Parts: sequence; structure tokens; C-alpha cells
Amino acid sequence: MPSIEQKFTLQVPSSTENLALIREFVTTVGRQAQLEEPEISNLELAVDEACANVIEHAYGHDITKEVVVRAKFDDESLRVSVIDEGLGFDPGNVDQDSVEQLIHNRKSGGLGIRLIKKLMDDVSYEIVPGQKNELHMTKKIRKS
Amino acid sequence: MANPFAIQTSIGSGENDLSVVALEGFVDAHTAPQFEDAIQKAVDSGSVRIVVDCEKLNYISSAGLGVFMSFIEEVRDRGGDIKICGLTPKVKHTFEILGFQDIFEMLDDQQTALRHFSGS
Repeated sequence: MPSIEQKFTLQVPSSTENLALIREFVTTVGRQAQLEEPEISNLELAVDEACANVIEHAYGHDITKEVVVRAKFDDESLRVSVIDEGLGFDPGNVDQDSVEQLIHNRKSGGLGIRLIKKLMDDVSYEIVPGQKNELHMTKKIRKS
Repeated sequence: MANPFAIQTSIGSGENDLSVVALEGFVDAHTAPQFEDAIQKAVDSGSVRIVVDCEKLNYISSAGLGVFMSFIEEVRDRGGDIKICGLTPKVKHTFEILGFQDIFEMLDDQQTALRHFSGS
């Protein structure tokens, strides 16, 4: 029997103050999808990082803008998409220097996308210049 | 909204120049600037031997990790260090994903961290 896909959406003003709300949202969805707790923690951190990037870089802390977080899951996987209409960036372009090298160069940027790639099973990005950016992050659901 | 965060700072001076910054709750892009200010105050006052106590820390994102990264070279250049203690397994996992265990000394508790400084 095919599994039923469930969809959830959260839309919040672009402020770091709302990161706590975003984390609660994805944690709740992760529990509904029956992810295990360590996987929920990984999801929570990955989505926080993605949204913080949008708030700080794509929207430059402009609270009149909105961050959209869409989540959907079925029996196989949970996919969270973070959507913005700000300045897009290509996660493939992120600095690949080691953390030691970043420290030496007095840089700490790019840590967020590095974490996202390590925490999620699949990460992809869609950019429609001047219109919309979507970061898709997928976690497979492993039944215990 | 549940985003509790608190920070307690004890800045050392004179012969006892050890500073302790105790984090509580959630360090994310919203709260990390307060953490950065606390470390900056210690460094500005000349205290470069710093213990960051994470016993009550529930969560940290890259914004918080970036604070450790942005100060470590300066404090080591000045003969000090930042030692991290009391990490819960969940929070420690975040540090380890980026390899912080190869760069920072991580100790079980504050007393052990302080002892490591006094022995150095």
C-alpha cells in the first residue's frame, strides 16, 4: 500500500529571534515522521543553519521579508525546504578550507552549509535568479 | 517562544587571570552575539586563559562555534587558551562534526579545566 505524504509549512518574519520557533517546528515534524532522536537533533541543526543563512545573508536581517520552511514526509524520507526571495548563493561555492585554516585566515563563514551537508542525507539547491531560492534537505527514515 | 539563554561570566584579573564563561540554554545566531561579547570583555581586560563551561548548554549552532574560532588564535598568540568543559553528548556531537576536538581541549568539568590551566 503506498504511504500517504504529509505536508507542513511555516512562514515567519526574517529575524534570528524566530530560529527557536523554526527549530520547534521541524522537531515536531521530525517526531511525527518517527525519526529517531539523534536524527531529529541533526535535522533541527541543519534547518536552523539554513534559515540563519537566509536571515543574515539572503535578507540581511530585513524583518519585513519572510522565511518559508516546508516539510513533507512519507514512510521513506522527510524533506525540508527553506525558501527565500533574497540574494541566492551557491552552496557548491563554499570554502573547503579546513577549520584550522579558517581560524588562521580569521574566517568562520561557510560553517553552516558544511554542517548541513554532514547532517543530512541529501542536499540540493534551486535558484531562480531574482525570484526564489530553495534549499532542499532530505533525511531518510530508518525504521528501528 | 522557548529559546532560553543565559550567560554568566567571571573575569579574572591580576595573578588569578582565569576567566570562566558559563553558557546555559541555546546558542544560535540570535544569542551568539552575547557569547561573543562575554569573550571579548575577558580578552579586553587582559584575561586570555578562558574556560567555557557548557554543562548547562542544550544546543549550539555554527554561530556559536564561530565565536570559539574567532578568538582562539588571538588568545593563544597572547599565551592563553580557550578550554571547553561539561559538554553533553548531544552538544559534543556538534563540535565533533567540524573537528573541534582536534583544535580545542575538551574536559569533563570546570574543576578539571581550571586544573589544566594551573598546570600549564
